[in-house]
Parts: sequence; C-alpha cells; structure tokens
Amino acid sequence: MTHPPKGSAAPPGRGAPTMPAVPPQAGPPRTPGGSPASPDAPRSVSPAPGAAPRRTAWAEGVDRLRAAATTEPGRLRIIGAVLALLVVAFGAVTAWQMTERSAAADNVLHRSQPLSASAADIYRSLADANTAASSGFLAGGQETQESRDRYESDIRTAAAKLITAANSSEPGSASARTISELNELLPQYKGLIERARANNRQGYPLGGAYLRYANDTMQNRMLPKAEQLYDRENQRLGSDYAEAKPYPWAAIALGLLALGALAWAQRRNYLRTNRVLNHGMAAATAAGLVVLLWLTVGHTLARSGLEESYDHGVRSLSVLHDAQIAALKARGNENLTLVSRGAETMTLPDKTTVDLYDFNFDKDMKALTAHLAAAAKLADDQAGEKPVHAATADMEVWKDRHSLARKADNNGEYQLALDRVIGSKDKKPTGVCFDGVDTNLRDAVTHEQDEFQRAAGNGLDAMTGLPAGAAVLAVLAAAGALLGIGRRLSEYR
Amino acid sequence: MNARRLRASLRGWGGVGAMALACVTALILALMLPDSARGSGGAGVGGPGLALGTQARDEDCTDPQDRSLSPSGADGATIDAIKNRKDRRLIVGVDQNSYHWGYRDPNNPKAGGDLEGFDIDLVHAIAKNILGDENAVQFRAIPTSQRIPALQQGKVDMVVRTMTITCERLRQVTFSAPYFKTGQQVLAPANSGITGYDKSLAGKRICSAASSTAYDRLKSDRDHHKLAPSAVVLPPVPNQLDCLVRLQLGEADAVVTDGALAASQAAQDPTVKLEGGTFTTEYYGVAMNLGAKDLVRRVNQVLADYRKDGWRQSYDKWLAPTLGADSPSQNPPPAVYGRTT
Repeated sequence: MTHPPKGSAAPPGRGAPTMPAVPPQAGPPRTPGGSPASPDAPRSVSPAPGAAPRRTAWAEGVDRLRAAATTEPGRLRIIGAVLALLVVAFGAVTAWQMTERSAAADNVLHRSQPLSASAADIYRSLADANTAASSGFLAGGQETQESRDRYESDIRTAAAKLITAANSSEPGSASARTISELNELLPQYKGLIERARANNRQGYPLGGAYLRYANDTMQNRMLPKAEQLYDRENQRLGSDYAEAKPYPWAAIALGLLALGALAWAQRRNYLRTNRVLNHGMAAATAAGLVVLLWLTVGHTLARSGLEESYDHGVRSLSVLHDAQIAALKARGNENLTLVSRGAETMTLPDKTTVDLYDFNFDKDMKALTAHLAAAAKLADDQAGEKPVHAATADMEVWKDRHSLARKADNNGEYQLALDRVIGSKDKKPTGVCFDGVDTNLRDAVTHEQDEFQRAAGNGLDAMTGLPAGAAVLAVLAAAGALLGIGRRLSEYR
Repeated sequence: MNARRLRASLRGWGGVGAMALACVTALILALMLPDSARGSGGAGVGGPGLALGTQARDEDCTDPQDRSLSPSGADGATIDAIKNRKDRRLIVGVDQNSYHWGYRDPNNPKAGGDLEGFDIDLVHAIAKNILGDENAVQFRAIPTSQRIPALQQGKVDMVVRTMTITCERLRQVTFSAPYFKTGQQVLAPANSGITGYDKSLAGKRICSAASSTAYDRLKSDRDHHKLAPSAVVLPPVPNQLDCLVRLQLGEADAVVTDGALAASQAAQDPTVKLEGGTFTTEYYGVAMNLGAKDLVRRVNQVLADYRKDGWRQSYDKWLAPTLGADSPSQNPPPAVYGRTT
C-alpha cells in the first residue's frame, strides 16, 4: 500500500483516475475515527504538476489523511479533530436524549397526569350526579338545596371537563369520538332526570320509571365511555413514563468513549513529550467528566423521582379513584332499591331471584372493601393512611346501617327505611356514612395528588438545565481539546 | 303421540268399554306426563265423568276464575295463627308502582306516605274483617316475579297485586273468587290513529313488559302472522310502566298490557288513551297458600260483602276516570264457587 512519491497512477483498489495528493495543511479531515497511519509511508508528497482528471472529494480526503498520518503534525491534527468530534457528539447526544426525557417527564407532570385526573373527574362527577339525582328523587318535594346544588355542580363539572378533554384530544381520534358521544348523552341524561323530577312532583310512579331509565343510560352508556376515556389517558400517562425513564445509554457510551479517547491522547502526549499536563486536554477531560456525572446522577435522580411519583402517586390515585367510583355506585344502587321498590329483579345462576339494585349494591360494596384495602396498603405515610382508614371505618358503619334499612324495607316499613337511607342525622342514615367515605376519599386523593406533583416535580427538576449545560460544556471541552492539540502543533512551526 | 292416536281411534268405537280404556290411559298419562295430559284434557276426551274424577289436578281447566271455595266467616287454623301473632297484623304482598292500584304518593302529607289504590282498599277491607282493624296490615312490596315464591316461602299471608287467576298458577297457589275483570288492551297517544289491537298497528312499534301475558301474546301473534303487517314487537322492558317512558320518549308507538294497568298509565299521562276494547279476558284474584282453605273462604266472604258495599266506591275513586263508564271492568265479576274440597 505505498504509492510512488511523484506518481500519477491511481491508488490501488480504486478505479478512479487520480492526481497527486495535495499538501497536508489543507482542510480538516472528514473520516471519523481516523485511519491509522502506515508506518513505512514516505514522508512527504509534493504538489502535483499540472492539471489532472477530476477526483471525488472522498478519494481526495482519504489520500490527504493518509498523507497527513505520515507526519506527527498531521497525526496531531487528526487526533485533535477526532477528540473534538467525539466530545461534541457526546454533548449533542446528551442534549438530545435528555431533552426527550425531560419533555416526557414534563408531559407526565403537566399534561398526561392532569388529563388522566381530569378524565377521572369526568367519570366521578357523572357517577356523583347520578347518585345525587337519586337521593333528591327519594326526598321528593323535600329535596334539599344541598342535594340539588350537588347534582347541578356535578353536571357543570362534567361538562367543563369534557370541553378541556376535547381541546386536548386529537381531532378524529378515538378519544375525540368518545368525548363527543358523551357530550351528546349528557343533555339526554339531564332531560330524563328532569322528567323524573316533574313526574315525581306530581306523585306519579312514572317518575321512578324515568329515574331508572336515566340510571340505565348513565350506568350502561355513559360511564363505560367515561371509563374508556380514563383508560386511554392512563395509557398515555404510562407511555410518557416509559419515555422519560430509560437510561440514556447512547449518551453514556459516547461519554465514556470521548473520555477514553482524551485519556489515550494525553497518555500519548506524555509518552512522546514527557510533559505531564496538557492544559487544554485536561480541561476538556474535566468538562467531559462533569457532563457524564451530571448526566448519570441527574437522570438517576429524575428516574427515582418519577418512579416515586408513579408508585406513591399514580398507583394510589388509580386505586382511590376506583374506590370513589365503587362508593358512588353503591350509594346510587342503595337509593334505587328504594326508588324501584322491587320493579326490577334478576335471576341468579342458582335460580333465586333478587332485587337488581340490592344485588348491585352488594357487588359495589365488595369492590369498595377491596379498593380501600389496596389503598391502605399503598398509602406510604401517616397523612395518606389517615383518610383511607377513616373511609374504611365509615364504610363499616354504612354496611351495618344498610342492613337495618333493608330489614325495615323488607318488613314493609318504607318510611323507616327511607329515614335510614336519606333521613336527617338523628335518624342515623346511611347517607352520613356515604358522605364520610366520599369526603375522606377526596382528602386522600388531594394528598396523593400533592405527593405525585412533588415527586414528579423533583424528577423533572433533576433534569433542569441538563441538555443546555451538556451542550455548552461539550463545546467548551471540544475547544479545550483543540487548544491542547494546537499547543503541541505550534511546537512544529 | 302414540297415545293420542290410540285415543282418537278409541273415540271412534264409542261404548262403555272404550270409555273405560280412555279413563285408564288418561290416568296413566296424568300420572306420568302431567303437562301433555293437561294440554289434551281440555278437548273433553274422557267426558264429564273423567273431568270430575280428576278435578284435583287441573287437566281440563277452562274457567280458572270459577274454581274457588265457597265463602265462610268461620276462623280456622290459618286465621288463628294470624290472630295469635305477637305483631297482630296481616302480612300482604302488594305493588308499590301501580298508580291507582297500589302505590305510594311521595307528596302525601304524612311524609313518605301510605300506600293507596284499588288493591290497597281491598286489603284494608280484608284486615278489618279478620282482625277488626283496617290498618292492622304489614305491606310488603314484592316484584311481579316474586308473588308466588313469597307465598310459598311464607313471607306473606296473601298477595293482592293485580294478579291474574290462571290454571298454571292454580297448581301453585289458591285464589279467591275474582274481584276484577280485565283483559289485554292497547294504549296509544290520542292522535296516533291507532284504534285497537287491529290493522291500525301496521308499521308501529309495540312495547310490552318482560314475562307478561301481553308479550307472549304479541310474540305468538307475530309468529303466526296474526299481527298487523310490519308491526314491530319491541324487546320487552322490565316493568309495564317502562313502556309509558318509551312511549313518551318516542321510542315506542303503542303499549299492550292489562286494561287495568293501561288505565293506571293513562292516569299519569292525559295525552295517551286506551284504544279499542280488551282482546282477552282475565280476572284478578287474591292469592293465598294452597293449604290456607279457611283463609280463602274468609276472603271470599269479605269479597261477597265488598261487592255490595265498597267495591263501587273504590272503583269510582281510582279507576272510573280512566277506564270509563262502558268498560268491561265497570262491575265486579260474579263469583262462582266451583271447588268443593
């Protein structure tokens, strides 16, 4: 692999016509990694005489490099270029990967989790409206202002959150369709409730039939859609987490490579010159080390923050949400048992016939018990455990009072049963227990939401400035490497 | 099948011997295959002698409403048990959702309200006669499908809940003499052009309640092409009142149900009307347990008195406004006490 010193022949292995190589001073080398110089290559090449056929830039570059690698200044130039390139690439990949992760973490904190919470709110306020409507219905003409307000504010919340959800969903997506279906059903549902109220006020049992129809619309058509929406937002949250958490391996690998190259260059420098310190390259190494440390420590911190926000925030919130829904459904079915007065039954596999709503109440209570137990297990501090335990205690009282109310109803003492479900406080109604469960669960949700925001915020903060810092430091390191090499080069002038 | 063919060929022979053979065949069938025997028994194969001999089973049940026990004012084991209760009250299964039959007015000044309606008036009359106090009643709301199980499990003493006397039910419970005559009827908006259970139902969507006689009839008429062409029988709803909801929401065009219950629906919506006459005949009775003969006789005694005094006032109060003066229900049905044991 040698060429004649003044030859004009093509280099071996290449069919293209060539012209003699140009002097090594020109232009920065383009080949990454640099090609090792052949040890026995002739020392110098002189400019080509006269014109020659055109050559490709690549072939020319290779030739130049090959030529440059034969002299120490040439080798130094190549080393300098490769070092600078490695360090800049390290900085760029770090900045890119961390921008991506920090954007995903930002999405978790400011976009997908709030949207998931908002979808949960839609679901909860719809179920809550349905429960408030049945309570108000049972009270008939004596419906309290409180229960009316609760129903109205639930409907308003659901409508407002649906608009927020619509704004943040992609047009034409499955979520957008679900939202528009819910938007169509909401006024229909409200119309049915108003009809139920109007008929109830006249004393017609038809009002009860309307309320059952409205409940059916809510349970079988609206809530499943709201659940879909919630599930989809949760998937989005999950994928944002998945994008924010993986280690930036490419950046770390490049960082190690760049530092290794710097170390090798300094060792080579030391062996050749016996000088221990090259200021430029030492500075470059320091800057590279800082970036690498910042990257690993920062990302590890961010990762642990995000993991904490998921384990103690998102998972708790999801279980608490399920518990809220189970409590709301149980309360709605408890009311409807008294509204329907045996109008709807279902037959179990063992052929016994039970009241549909009472059966569903038992099912919801079982679910609530399970969700509260899970929430208690997930709660990781005093402030999180307290409301969950309080809700569990309320639920136990609720169960006891409910069986008393059922007993009264089954004995034909309807008024007593009614008092035990929606009566005033001195009658020991189940309504007080439900309110207790609901309020405590809301407290728990607020607490876990704070936990989530604190942990996820910490995670996001750990990445603050990392992309920009990495870029700046990398540029500085590259400059340092070039300066250090330049210092050696100048000795050849 | 073979047995039926055999009997048919025997019928051709005539004569005492053939009758005796038929009796034996029918009896064996009655023991082995009660259902199929009942189905063919109505044809009168065995003649009057056989009908009498097997009356305890209901092989040839034609007029179930005429098969109650004769009235009596005497106490018996069942009535004594009721009177000796610690909570000395009659336990009655009723409906709470049938307007003007058995329902609870939420606006009644006595918060929560007492039950009221045509059925409830009758319950008060029975309680007054048996226990001397018309309010000595514990009402239990029971769904339609639980009427017979509630009696059989002893949860209630009697069921007064727009319950039609049928042959099928006579095998499970005992009925009083009939206290109300009604039949299936069509309910539709006044301006719908529907005139009754006839061709005017063409292209209309018809609503009925699940496991009701109305839905069975609609299905069978549709399958045998007796229903007006292109009339749609909607999937049944849980309760007959749910049909009025569908009607008001425009999801159905007509409702088929008992005339009495249709009247209760019409009473809640002045824009719907009962169209055409009843196209079946049914009788409501008070249902009691199979063994409670003294109670059945006592209730029949109450009903005999009630027909003379009480029935009319109650009918005028609750049902006359919607059923009208020329309704087949406007008079109490006559009582025939066809059962002796």
